[in-house]
Amino acid sequence: MIQVETNRKTQHVVELSKPVINIKGLYKSFGKNTDILKGVDLTVRKGENLVVLGKSGSGKSVLIKCLVGLVSADKGELNVFGIDMTKLSDQQLNAIRVRIGFLFQNSALYDSMTVRENLSFPLKRHSKKLTTKEVESSITEVLESVGLREAIDKMPSELSGGMRKRIGLARTLILQPEIILYDEPTTGLDTITSREISELILKIQEKYKTTSIIITHDMACAKLTGDRLVILKDGIMVAEGTYASLERSNDAWVRSFFI
Amino acid sequence: MVISLKNGFTEAGNATLFVARFFRELVKPPYELKEFIRQCYIMGYKSLPLVAITGFIMGLVLTIQSRPTLAEFGAESWLPGMVALSLIREIAPVITALICAGKISSGIGAELGSMKVTEQIDAMEVSGINPYKYLVVTRVLATTLMVPLLVVFADGIGILGGFAGINIHGDVTMYRYFSQVLSSLEFLDIIPATIKTFFFGFFIGLIGCYKGFTAASGTESVGKAANSAVVTASLAIFIIDMMAVQLTDLFF
Repeated sequence: MIQVETNRKTQHVVELSKPVINIKGLYKSFGKNTDILKGVDLTVRKGENLVVLGKSGSGKSVLIKCLVGLVSADKGELNVFGIDMTKLSDQQLNAIRVRIGFLFQNSALYDSMTVRENLSFPLKRHSKKLTTKEVESSITEVLESVGLREAIDKMPSELSGGMRKRIGLARTLILQPEIILYDEPTTGLDTITSREISELILKIQEKYKTTSIIITHDMACAKLTGDRLVILKDGIMVAEGTYASLERSNDAWVRSFFI
Repeated sequence: MVISLKNGFTEAGNATLFVARFFRELVKPPYELKEFIRQCYIMGYKSLPLVAITGFIMGLVLTIQSRPTLAEFGAESWLPGMVALSLIREIAPVITALICAGKISSGIGAELGSMKVTEQIDAMEVSGINPYKYLVVTRVLATTLMVPLLVVFADGIGILGGFAGINIHGDVTMYRYFSQVLSSLEFLDIIPATIKTFFFGFFIGLIGCYKGFTAASGTESVGKAANSAVVTASLAIFIIDMMAVQLTDLFF
């Protein structure tokens, strides 16, 4: 068993023995001459926080969308929990999706539902035997985890950007996923709220022992949350390491992310 | 020319797959009964005032406009029967369906289009919920059931409008008016006209859902989805009506 001390402020020690995500030679293109991913190889271990960096359009979001089957890969191996994601039926895919949380860039809260309904919507569909009281206590627990207990009866339109992110995260947490994929969790937020969200990601990871892939352009978020960073360039992975090691990279292009 | 032809075939293919998926998902559990009832309430109950006003005006205007011509032939007594027949066989189903295309189909197109653009449909999918079943099947079923009920309601209100129209220049009792209406109607007038409204409802829902569900990214596409849903659904209503009239003429 390999144990690596992370660069997180909490000095949390992560067990890095068991890979939960294994990607080999992943290709994806949209039409002719629009190759987005050109053979990505990536392994994410249990309990790890992996940050994916790259310019806009480098294929970061496509990569995590391939992981949950929102975008189908053209070629390559895609294993999650040891299961080949490319060969699953719709029913099997939905069963795996419950174990993977996805926080969208714009939170993607259901506009026509209150916060309570947003949270109970996936829970009621996957845990039909739960009583109303149990559903209510799960909702309260995740809202307390993200520090927004008082927003339970609000509509998404009444929430600020940071609050929407927190509720989005609460909705992701309600199904108790083992993996959480964050698509630019701090985009569009001010510096203070961005830091709060980054700290929340760490807090959630420690409380629920999740594995995370965090796609971000926010270097402060990457520094705070990432155990390991990878950099995508033109659809391939060009650099990998800790924040400190990549900051001192010999490659000027890699270093340019840290300026 | 070749590109637009290719796009046309691609669109037709996608629409066919969308319809096929509807029937596949329709029979597969779980069933979203609660959402179906909610949609029936939104589409049916909340459209009642609009359908009532237009239905009443249709009956009133039709009576006022037809009266001088019938009076010229001394056939004013035919007025209640003619108005009822015109309303039930053609005017009420088509006008109500067009109103539903404008109100319901565009609403569905805009709602699902904005859900698609803001990744709410993707959010449903990644949480292991079938968005097609929850959003499309419930809405299409609701329009298929509600549009015929709205048409029957418009028929009744339209006939009442006709009664008001007749009494502007004359003095006909409600009993006499309705006995003339009922004596001029046969089941064969009502049944084919009602059957076609199920098809109107089905296509109003389906077109709205298809346009919204397949909206491209960007807020502009939400407006396009809503607009395209109204135009396509209205056109579909006229085509279905033409086919229904031909079939009715052939068999009845």
